[in-house]
Amino acid sequence: MGRPMQVARYWRHFKEKYRLIGGKCKSCGHVHFPKRPVCPECGSQEIEEFQFSGKGKVVSWTIVRNPPSGYEYYKPYPIALVELEEGPVVLAQLTDVDPEEIDFGMEVEMVTRKVREFEEDGIILYGYKFRLPIK
Amino acid sequence: MRKPVIIGVGLTPVGEHWRLALRDLAVEALLNAMEDAGVDKVDSLYVGNMASGSFVEQENLGALIADWAGLGNIPAVKVEAACASGGAAVQEGVKAVMSGLEDVVAVVGVEKMTDAWPSDATRYLAYAADAEWELFHGVSFVALNALVMRLYMKEYGYTEEDLALFAVNAHANGAKNPYAMFKKPITVETVMKSPYVADPLKLFDASPIADGAAAVIITTEEKAKEFVDKAKMVEVAGMGRAIDTINLANRKEFLFLRAAKVAAERAYKMAGIEVKDIDFFEVHDAFTVMAALSLESIGAAERGKGAMLAKEGQIAIDGDYPIQTLGGLKARGHPVGATGVYQTVEAVWQLRGEAPNQVPDAEIGLTQNIGGTGSNITVTILRRV
Repeated sequence: MGRPMQVARYWRHFKEKYRLIGGKCKSCGHVHFPKRPVCPECGSQEIEEFQFSGKGKVVSWTIVRNPPSGYEYYKPYPIALVELEEGPVVLAQLTDVDPEEIDFGMEVEMVTRKVREFEEDGIILYGYKFRLPIK
Repeated sequence: MRKPVIIGVGLTPVGEHWRLALRDLAVEALLNAMEDAGVDKVDSLYVGNMASGSFVEQENLGALIADWAGLGNIPAVKVEAACASGGAAVQEGVKAVMSGLEDVVAVVGVEKMTDAWPSDATRYLAYAADAEWELFHGVSFVALNALVMRLYMKEYGYTEEDLALFAVNAHANGAKNPYAMFKKPITVETVMKSPYVADPLKLFDASPIADGAAAVIITTEEKAKEFVDKAKMVEVAGMGRAIDTINLANRKEFLFLRAAKVAAERAYKMAGIEVKDIDFFEVHDAFTVMAALSLESIGAAERGKGAMLAKEGQIAIDGDYPIQTLGGLKARGHPVGATGVYQTVEAVWQLRGEAPNQVPDAEIGLTQNIGGTGSNITVTILRRV
């Protein structure tokens, strides 16, 4: 799976996955993540980049115990739907959290973490995860 | 428009077919259906399949299966709509007949899943989700449904035991189906004792990975008379299909299958019926929560009341809303791209009065097939001729 030529496949999403940059419709103001070519609200194609704050709340969560191949190393791990304070919901892993602590509406913040490693000579993927805010 | 009717059905048992390849399963189901219909040639073939390229490194299923079934130089293609591939293939076959372009059409749904290592199978199933924004984060298909299940229980005050009733019903019905993967009734306790796959979703909330193939032969009402008696004809009275966001997080509502509602409304309109006219429902219970949401989204239950139908016993064969009459995905088994065709075959059995678990006097049945986490849904209405 993890062939070096896949680098471009992940590299092209660095902005979104490292910095949580999404889209904002210039026509109706709707913000969304990830950035789309067409506004899902009004159909406009005038979309600009939008920087999210990275703050959000847990909408729902689960603990992945039988992961897809490539993610076995981390199991079990929590995955959540997180509603960003600007509105859109994103799916991501929660990190640095006791699964027993997770609850509906729990406040979280975005943090950059390793998401997956390929084989010994393969690439390492990083991206956003969410954790309890550091005060 | 020409009236499409199904005149033949064929299938293999669902299970772990270690000795059979994808082509063996598909050809067996297809030839059975042709024999049942009394046809020795067809004008075209539509193959419902989700992920043969990943599971068995084989694409171009149209050519493979038509060739191995000895169908000659006919047009043949694969139809893919994730787990709704089978339902979509049936609808493409019906469209070909209705259009007048083709008179006798074969549809086969097939999936060979057990050749893959389990965690790879988990990965291939997740290809139906959004690879870059869902699978990237290590989510499995089960986990996406678990996120929905947890929200459903919170929003409407249901427990894990409540949702387990859908699995209990499916297994009770599957026990009567000789083609089902699981032929043993279970209890709520069985479900509750099974391990968590993705909390709060347990092993027995989920349908199994399996191999299988099912097929139907579709023609016009006029042409059908050349092959079979009226008792064997089942009309495809209505159908609809719709998509929703592929990424669950982008959905406006997590607890309503918008695509199912749109697809069902189209199907009801085409058939000229209302949901109250339907005698049984083969809904897509890949996960127990999806059975509840399906019933709500197609209008059989109000929002939040889908699981109440299970609690009140209304989803049993003798209830007002019988579902999964031959075991559903949960007990019959879920060879993903074949499932929609299995549902069609089972509905045909019910409407011909040949089902081992017969709904008395069934006149109209509905099949609903979900691809993705509600992202690609087909609804088909079948009616006794």
